Amino acid sequence: MSRFIVRRLISLVFVSIGITLITFTVSHIVPSDPARLALGARAQPEAVQKMREKMGLDRPLPEQYLTYMTGLFRGDFGDSLYTRRTVREDLADYLPASIELTITSLLLVIVFGYPLGVLASYHQGRWIDRLVNSLSVIGVAIPVFWIGIVFQLIFYRGLQWLPAEGRLPIGVDGPPTVTNLLILDSLLAGDIKMLGTVLRHLTLPAVTLALPNLAYVVKLVRANMIEEMSKDYVCTAKSKGLTRKYILWKHALPNGLLPAITLTGMLVGAMLAGAFLVEIIFNWPGIGWYTLKTILSQDFMAVISVTLIVALVYMLSNLAVDLLYIRLNPRIRYS
Amino acid sequence: MQQFITHFFRKRSGYVSAFFLLVIVFTATFGEAIAPYDPLDVQVKIKLQPPSAEHWLGTDELGRDLLSRIVVASRISLLAGLTVLVLSVTTGIILGLISGYAGGLVDEILMRLTDIFLAFPPLILALTITAVLGPGLRNAMLAISISWWPWYARLVRGMVLSIKEKEYIMAEHAIGAPGWRIMLFHMIPNLISVVIVQAALDMGSALVLASSLSFIGLGVQPPQPEWGAMVSEGRRYVFVAWWTGAFPGLAIFATVYLFNAFGEVLNETLSRRDVII
Repeated sequence: MSRFIVRRLISLVFVSIGITLITFTVSHIVPSDPARLALGARAQPEAVQKMREKMGLDRPLPEQYLTYMTGLFRGDFGDSLYTRRTVREDLADYLPASIELTITSLLLVIVFGYPLGVLASYHQGRWIDRLVNSLSVIGVAIPVFWIGIVFQLIFYRGLQWLPAEGRLPIGVDGPPTVTNLLILDSLLAGDIKMLGTVLRHLTLPAVTLALPNLAYVVKLVRANMIEEMSKDYVCTAKSKGLTRKYILWKHALPNGLLPAITLTGMLVGAMLAGAFLVEIIFNWPGIGWYTLKTILSQDFMAVISVTLIVALVYMLSNLAVDLLYIRLNPRIRYS
Repeated sequence: MQQFITHFFRKRSGYVSAFFLLVIVFTATFGEAIAPYDPLDVQVKIKLQPPSAEHWLGTDELGRDLLSRIVVASRISLLAGLTVLVLSVTTGIILGLISGYAGGLVDEILMRLTDIFLAFPPLILALTITAVLGPGLRNAMLAISISWWPWYARLVRGMVLSIKEKEYIMAEHAIGAPGWRIMLFHMIPNLISVVIVQAALDMGSALVLASSLSFIGLGVQPPQPEWGAMVSEGRRYVFVAWWTGAFPGLAIFATVYLFNAFGEVLNETLSRRDVII
């Protein structure tokens, strides 16, 4: 077991270096000169040259990479041309909104996805299975950015049940900032009314982001469980006279759900990416929304830093899932 | 092949999806001829008209006929998805073959390279690359392919590793056949059907990814119609004119749904033991 973990950690270091190499490379294929971008189109050539030197763009590439890496280790992601602040300050402002959205959606996916998949497989072929299955087939084909708009049309414009945009109504101050995760902050302040407002704003974006991933999980869990229930050991258990329910809970579920756990790690990646689109639709001030603004103002350092952060988060969540998998899988645990 | 066709069309979702996909491909091919109006014709007088007998799906903020725009856009949207698949499948097959066949250090390096690329969610990496290269359909497709080839490289490598041990490959080695010949004439024919099925299953995702980039504003540029870009344009008027955002998205959804259904039946049919192409 420890050999697995050691190997996993070695590859983690390797992949993180690879990720920074890619983001570094991307930041150097920028067709326009970053120094000129920073100074504006009408800057004097001498000033641009000075800026190049100041930004270290005249140094050899390996040296620039080392500087980039030392910066990253100190948490220095460079400056944003769009906000005129350090990217680090920007991320501190925008990241919590994305974290709140992604985690809420992930919880929705896990809480509804796994049980629905198991339920459908248990009733394989009957109406409940057919219903769940067709809904999941539809769900995986729905583009996130479209269903978000459809939800806004139905629940905001039509029924007027839920707000269409933002984390809070315009002009309303949030709870006292502690973590900048509004759910947590309202709870810490003991402000139940605020919590309600926050949750109402969170509902549409979170459901939108969850939906396609939920459908995917249901499809996969169902297929896994059906395969598991058709295996020989299940047949043996049946011939021993055990009930189907007992076999499902005690035998098939632990085996069938293990592969689905690995899926959760991949889901984090899909949801981080989906959050970019959802944030744009719902004016949700997270890193996706921030990235869009920075792209529009050609602020590449900010875009690339966000990409780096997302990749690192994705990688670490995959690591966490793998460790959990090892922990839960006795076949690896005892090897 | 005969068996394949029989089994494929025995399934209802097989022939239904095949039929509607044909309709979509036909629409994409003859878009301009089918479209009732010129998709670029601006008529501000009739802007944001609801669906009616003259304009079945209504008009957009510049008075352009929405149906005509969706019809003409189908070609770009389909071609975008297809190009991404062709680029990433080709790269994946070449690198996967080399990796699996060469083994050793080459394999190790190539596989670690795929690890690194797979560490990025595809949309995010594609978005960054396109942002840096400059918005536009060509850059967007290139960027998506860069983030996508590793999946196919891994798939192909895995298959090469098992094919490599087969007796007919050893026989080729014994008669002194060069590596490129073994890969080209003996390995590719044995793995291509699996790759094609995978690509068919991925077509929907490729389409969504390409239209997502256009939605963000990094793919197809206006005034050229593209489904994702149309949803994005329509979004600004959606509360006064729901059809502007709703219909282009519906086109994406329907196409992706059909490709998924098609891919799945293809997959089921080809994994039957009695079907040989």
